[in-house]
Amino acid sequence: MSRMAATRDGYGQALLDLAENDRIVVLEADLGKSTKSLHFRKAHPDRTVSCGIGEQNMLLVAAGMASSGYIPFASTFAIFTERAFEQMRNGVARPKLAVHLCGSHGGTHTGTDGSSAQSIEDLAIYRTLPNVTVLHPCDDVSTRLLTKQLASSTNPSYMRTARNKTPVLYDDVDESTIQIGKGIELRKGNDVAIIACGVLVSEALKAADVLSQEGVEATVIDMHTIKPLDVNLVDQVAARCGAIVTAEDHSVIGGLGGAVAEHLSGSSNTPLERVGVKDRFGESGQADEMLELMELSSPHIIKAAQRAIHRK
Amino acid sequence: MSASISELEELARRCRIEIVNMVYRAQAGHPGGSLSEIDLMAALYSTSLRVRPDEPDWHDRDRFILSKGHASPGMYALLAEKGFIQHSDLHSYRVLGGVCQGHVDMKWCPGVDFSAGSLGMGLSFGMGCALAARLDGSDRRAFVMLGDGEIQEGSIWEAAMAATHHELGNLKVILDRNRIQNDDFCLEQMRMFDIPAKWKAFGWNVKEIDGHNMEEVVEGIQFLDESNDGPSILIAHTIKGKGVSYMENNPSFHGAAPNEEQYAQAMKELGVVE
Repeated sequence: MSRMAATRDGYGQALLDLAENDRIVVLEADLGKSTKSLHFRKAHPDRTVSCGIGEQNMLLVAAGMASSGYIPFASTFAIFTERAFEQMRNGVARPKLAVHLCGSHGGTHTGTDGSSAQSIEDLAIYRTLPNVTVLHPCDDVSTRLLTKQLASSTNPSYMRTARNKTPVLYDDVDESTIQIGKGIELRKGNDVAIIACGVLVSEALKAADVLSQEGVEATVIDMHTIKPLDVNLVDQVAARCGAIVTAEDHSVIGGLGGAVAEHLSGSSNTPLERVGVKDRFGESGQADEMLELMELSSPHIIKAAQRAIHRK
Repeated sequence: MSASISELEELARRCRIEIVNMVYRAQAGHPGGSLSEIDLMAALYSTSLRVRPDEPDWHDRDRFILSKGHASPGMYALLAEKGFIQHSDLHSYRVLGGVCQGHVDMKWCPGVDFSAGSLGMGLSFGMGCALAARLDGSDRRAFVMLGDGEIQEGSIWEAAMAATHHELGNLKVILDRNRIQNDDFCLEQMRMFDIPAKWKAFGWNVKEIDGHNMEEVVEGIQFLDESNDGPSILIAHTIKGKGVSYMENNPSFHGAAPNEEQYAQAMKELGVVE
């Protein structure tokens, strides 16, 4: 059994790793214990700014610091970042200030807090903003590596992390294979390509194992960068496999599935099936129960793969 | 840094002429709030603000954030007077490709420190600039101009609370209390009751002045310069549209341009000799 970890822990570790750069500052809106910025706060209280429960203020304090040469990492729950969407739009993205916003506890996988805490639209809304990089890594290792890369980016970013533990995929990986904007081919097959992000990457791998037993060989891609989308890789697997499934713990509207659909609509007739939250809100439940209820778990990815193949 | 009261008044008068010119040429824009703020900004730039027009991105400059970013003609006129931009640039106000975007924009115009235009954002941004200055060990300050209608935005009070929590003595606000917002008088849109008491309750140093009495304005800016034991706000009682009789205290000229006849009258009132 592989190691289990939450991506938010990778974020917290990355901030500590980055701390030797004295331009790094961390902003919190009360939830540092949850987003895992608290480790940085403990080690570097002088470079941690408490904004209280005030997300709108936090985003623009970060923008002001970015304009003065600092590299701000601001975090709260994914759902509460949305309260400051217009601040992100007008005060961060528009002037292209490299503020790095992290929304933890994204998706229905967040669990028993229920629908008020389960952001299913964050990737969609931030993806609409020019200049903004949008990330949703699948394990703590890639979260740590991608967060560290953000520190040298001149673009603002939004990264979703998850509350609950998922299998760690990259413990022994060559770190250079994890790069912002580059999808990772975790498994190669020629019958269908499953493009997944976040907590559904491991579900996609499970689905591929089952499909293989049935004689269907699936490619599985970890598309941790939703924007800019790795369109070259999408085109490659579309050409090779002829059928695509996207899988995300996010609305089927506007997220990874939306991004892939937008791209494919202009480049090929490859059939696409989107696994995601079907334009509805969640409820209280354990993470695994939520993936089942919302039809996001591996059996649903398998069915989607079969539908996509059938449409070839 | 020193300028006489009459020099400041004359600077503000020249800016008022350019404000009306810009809005008239564009047949759009926000003259009322530009005319109410300009005495304050003329004095700030002339007596206090540490900036370098020939090096607008100088790292240790004081920051000036026009949070009421729609009142951009006032700022553009002053930036031209101070040499950040050319007077000819004022013709680009609201024109495609122009340095003078409709709302002040740091990506387009030298001397603009924040891309404003959406109300309630500048104070938080200024707070970030003030925190950064402190981390740098620099004595630079962040000045933020707010409108009175603007403080109806809840985010202003998030920032007001956070600024005292962080004891930001280098954060200084001027409130242009002109009593009119887009639709009507503030009193009709949202009664704000005792505004100075609100800021005091949030822990700010507060001073009130007549924002068109240049002697009081200079004293008020001195108050901001000297209040370093926490964030400070200068509440300036002003008249929307100040200097053009038919615009004064007239909600219609929050965001409207004068016609030809009105323009001629404004130029006459502002002392432009035909």
